[in-house]
Amino acid sequence: MAELPQSALAAAPASLDTGGSAGEGTPVLAAARLVLLRDLTLAFRRSGQLVQPLAFFAIVTMLFPLAISPELARLREVAAGVLWVAALLASLLALEFLFRDDAYDGTLEQYALSGQPLTGLMFAKTAAHWLLTGLPLALIAPLAALSLGAPPAAIPGILASLVVGTVALSLIGSIGAALTLGIRRGGVLLALLTLPLSLPVLIFGARASELAIRGESIVAPLELLGALAVLGITLAPLASAAAVRISLE
Amino acid sequence: MARGANLMNLRDSRPMSHQGLEAENLQLWRGERHVLRGVGFSVERGSCLHVTGANGAGKTSLLRAACGLLHPESGRLLWNGQDVAADPPAFHASLLYIGHEAPLKADLSALENLRYWIGMRRRVSASALGAALQRVGAAAWSDRPARTLSAGQKRRVALAALSLALVPLWLLDEPTTNLDGEGQRLVGSLIEEQLTRGGLVLAATHHELPVAPARVRRLELTLG
Amino acid sequence: MNWTWLHRFGSPPHMYRLAQRLTPWFAWAAALLILAALYGGLVSAPPDYQQGEGFRMIYVHAPTAWMSLMVYTTMAFAAAVGLIWRMKVAHAAAAACAPIGASFTFAALVTGSLYGEPMWGTWWEWDPRLTSELILFFLYLGYMGLRGAIEDTQRADRTSAVLAVVGVVNVPIIHYSVTWWNSLHQAPSVMQLGKPKLAGSMLWPLLAMLLAFTLLFVALLLVRLRAEILARERNASWLQEELAA
Repeated sequence: MAELPQSALAAAPASLDTGGSAGEGTPVLAAARLVLLRDLTLAFRRSGQLVQPLAFFAIVTMLFPLAISPELARLREVAAGVLWVAALLASLLALEFLFRDDAYDGTLEQYALSGQPLTGLMFAKTAAHWLLTGLPLALIAPLAALSLGAPPAAIPGILASLVVGTVALSLIGSIGAALTLGIRRGGVLLALLTLPLSLPVLIFGARASELAIRGESIVAPLELLGALAVLGITLAPLASAAAVRISLE
Repeated sequence: MARGANLMNLRDSRPMSHQGLEAENLQLWRGERHVLRGVGFSVERGSCLHVTGANGAGKTSLLRAACGLLHPESGRLLWNGQDVAADPPAFHASLLYIGHEAPLKADLSALENLRYWIGMRRRVSASALGAALQRVGAAAWSDRPARTLSAGQKRRVALAALSLALVPLWLLDEPTTNLDGEGQRLVGSLIEEQLTRGGLVLAATHHELPVAPARVRRLELTLG
Repeated sequence: MNWTWLHRFGSPPHMYRLAQRLTPWFAWAAALLILAALYGGLVSAPPDYQQGEGFRMIYVHAPTAWMSLMVYTTMAFAAAVGLIWRMKVAHAAAAACAPIGASFTFAALVTGSLYGEPMWGTWWEWDPRLTSELILFFLYLGYMGLRGAIEDTQRADRTSAVLAVVGVVNVPIIHYSVTWWNSLHQAPSVMQLGKPKLAGSMLWPLLAMLLAFTLLFVALLLVRLRAEILARERNASWLQEELAA
């Protein structure tokens, strides 16, 4: 492992290998892991911000009983839809955190110039984002579902659909976030771009939750959701990386 | 709108595989402005190119084009005789680019910032990090969050990154900005060590570089 | 093989002049064919035994829906070409396609509503085709919004190109999911805007209108492409000479 004790800095290797970086280059998985760890570390240093998307989700869910009716029987009919619309909107808001800071302080630029595949780094960032926003959302969704009259037996199904669904939403959202980098007040545009692309996730996810609430099998829509998530994992980081490079031009 | 005063074109006499960075006839537009108009240069191992010119002449654009962030309309960039476009990641792995602002995360300390920044490129030990920070005079404040640091301190952290990255090519935009006299001497000695090692430095600044003039070539960009 | 003829498509001056020469041909051909198709659809085709005269709207609705999809695909293709080979003309073509496609989509929505009203009794139903058209309309709006939000032309071109490619990949997925969604909640009495089963004298006006709209699209594209090239190259010397002559 190459070390540079202070006294040796002035008498560093007599010549640099101009064909590449001296010393052992970091493999892409290790680099991706560093990106993930850095994002998680940074998020926990501002842990107050992590609660915001969850609070938004809870408030939006609360709007519907107030706007429609307090009767649980009526709410149960729309519970799946309400849950998913609220989750979609909350994940949209959370997308602001994905690239914004890195774009402003030059970190994204260094990622693009690191010699590592930018696609892999984008995947790592999106994974961190999902762990910080999507997964917690999926975990509190059952509570919201119960408040809308869903039976407790529906919880595993709702949980499963939202865990897979939020993965897909984070990936699709990362494309929109990368495309709107550097656009002033691009939040609404981000929503306008991401929502149509997220509609399939909404359709399959809401259907899965609906079936869960009715006590039926959710395998069919869950498989479709899974397919979307896999498609997202393969293609979204490519698109995000392309969009990020363009934003650096 | 800049025309390159191509003072150092050794195209005719260079050997088959030129060791270093070459640019041929770079044409770059930023929106409507024709920023680089046929700029070319040739920098060999062990030499430093000082890109200078008035504000707006295109120094930053040239630097960003040289590291591959900006894509020129036409022209080529050659690294060790090979077209950079053929294998951009390998080229990027051989360089470190530091822009106007040091790319530090505000909530991480100087030490943590370096660990992530350099760690993504090569494995670096804690002692190496510590030594580098000590060299730039950052030992006392290396574990405070970067948002509490002054501009000059942040620039010193960036200098520490240079000595840790161990890459042959440095691209520096305004390297002496915000630094006091001692800091500027530090920049000079870091650059000279890099040149002695056989590395290359491209520095864009309208100031003078604190490096022995014998090892520095100038490329002056002019407006119009 | 000599590929220079293909490279000429990437040259703004060449495309500018080519567009100028070709536009009248396409425009006239489109106009004539539209008249013929309208005659066929409104006059010569017999009224449908079930829907009466109202079904004639299909002669406009189906081609506009088809065009809205075709234009998006063309736009995405042009955007991809511009992205991969860095061709300014391709990006200009993609930019030119967007408003045309959005207009076709809007027309498809309006004619779809008019077509369906006699059957449904309402001016809107969440029919899978109509819903897909609505989503496509938002995709167009998003593309145009993204272009408009970025000042630098080159960056706007390349960013929106990524969006167009992502969109075109999503369109089949969206269509499938909307069809799937609709099939779950199918009320048996609702009639759908499916592919109309037409034959013989009722079919040819439809195909003629489709061809006519395609020619119209090309004509409009050529006009808009010239305008785009004019705007982008306004400082270029070739254009100054062209306009002075």
